[in-house]
Amino acid sequence: MTGGNADDEVLVSIRNLVFSRGSRKIFDGVDLDIPRGKITAIMGPSGTGKTTLLKLIGGQLRPDSGTITVDGRIVHELSLGRLYELRKKIGMLFQTGALLTDLNVFENVAFPLREHTKLPESMIRTLVLMKLQAVGLRGARDLMPAQLSGGMARRVALARAITLDPMMILYDEPFTGQDPISMGVLVKLIRDLNRELGLTSIVVSHDVEETASIADYIYLISEGKVVGQGTPDAIRHSESPWVLQFMEGLADGPVPFHYPAPDYAADLLNPPA
Amino acid sequence: MLALFQKLGYTTLSTLQKLGRANLFILHVVTGLPEILTRVRLLLVQVYSVGVLTVLLVSISGLFVGMVLGLQGYNVLSDFGAEQTLGVMVAASLVRELGPVVTALLFSGRAGSALTAEIGLMKATEQLSGMEMMAVDPVKRIIAPRFFAGCLSMPLLASLFSMIGVMGGYFVGVGLLGVDEGAFWAQMKSRIDFYDDVVNGLIKSAVFGVIVTWIAVFEGYDAVPTSEGVSRATTRSVVYSAFAVLGWDFVLTALMFGGD
Repeated sequence: MTGGNADDEVLVSIRNLVFSRGSRKIFDGVDLDIPRGKITAIMGPSGTGKTTLLKLIGGQLRPDSGTITVDGRIVHELSLGRLYELRKKIGMLFQTGALLTDLNVFENVAFPLREHTKLPESMIRTLVLMKLQAVGLRGARDLMPAQLSGGMARRVALARAITLDPMMILYDEPFTGQDPISMGVLVKLIRDLNRELGLTSIVVSHDVEETASIADYIYLISEGKVVGQGTPDAIRHSESPWVLQFMEGLADGPVPFHYPAPDYAADLLNPPA
Repeated sequence: MLALFQKLGYTTLSTLQKLGRANLFILHVVTGLPEILTRVRLLLVQVYSVGVLTVLLVSISGLFVGMVLGLQGYNVLSDFGAEQTLGVMVAASLVRELGPVVTALLFSGRAGSALTAEIGLMKATEQLSGMEMMAVDPVKRIIAPRFFAGCLSMPLLASLFSMIGVMGGYFVGVGLLGVDEGAFWAQMKSRIDFYDDVVNGLIKSAVFGVIVTWIAVFEGYDAVPTSEGVSRATTRSVVYSAFAVLGWDFVLTALMFGGD
């Protein structure tokens, strides 16, 4: 175990990360630190590769250069077996929930236990009901994923993500497409779970208000670079026009309203021959 | 002109890449075998959905193919006064060719397409990716049981097809057209060789089982994770299976029955 010898306060540290897909550079020299026990938000416009960043942290993708260190281990240098050991300590909440559609709610939450432990059935039942109780869905244990609303599916997925008692949870767009009530439920769950279970959370999102209300620290990413960082308050009062445009949701600013195009009048008057 | 060469080169390279991926993939799948042997239940569930649910289709098709063989064979053979050998003709056609080939084609339409669509959709809904993040290898947990279930089911289904087909030929030949019952069975018994015919037919069906299931699970796993991608993968799965089965049937037939 090499964990802990680098910096006890930092669980995930990303240094000079470069990653491209095809000829498009998604990350171009990103540095991030995720402190232990806190909720860190990574925000940015759609298509800036926020989900990609989570996949890089989870070792599902390899960086072109730079390092990603999780709990003292460099993720992309681990053998497959070691990587799987590390992943058991990381829960991930996918945008769609990613529940196994052929299993009911109970079996979905029990899945990691059945795959990774040899616990007796009675113990599995107790653990699963505890996790479901934590997300308020103990009564929904017999439903199939297709019968759940989007918000409920995410809560089940959250219960599944915490069954192995991870040290860290990665949330991929947890608030997208939720009605105000289930949004409120998810906000509360993420905050409470992080505090009560002593987790470290990374929330990737572009829902400014909800994310800012629970995050301890925010990184703003755009066009492959970190363009702003700080506590929610500091970010709100940032001097950077880009950060302000993003946080306030303004239509025009450093990110122009118009996609790059030739001059409007000239374009209208000169149809292609 | 240059564009033509570019396109040709691109197609060749991407085809070769895909073949390479398919081979690495199947190696990965095979390494899942020990795990399956310790959790036989995973395999049995798939044998049911891939194999057992195909039994009705294969039985009915086998019956009709056998009955048609009885009719057609009788027409031709009676011209030479050889209708006594109808049993041989029906059994040989079924055991050597139609059993393995037609079953493989039916199997790819019924079970292969379902496998491709299921796996493709699991990929599109991030279920496979989610499993990876739960430190469960989806290739071993999801793909391997389905692959081995297919390999196991195909020879059994092909045998069933041939058996019911022979019964169909018997009903038409002996029951309807009045071929002598004793001659029908006795000629079949003396002329159909266990090794040359039955075992070779079984080998064929086993090979087809591997090919069809391999194509089906790989196309699903390799699908572009969108609804359009999954639909294309499903089509490709059936089309490639048909080509591969018919092509390999020629090769195997040439090897097994071609020399003498």
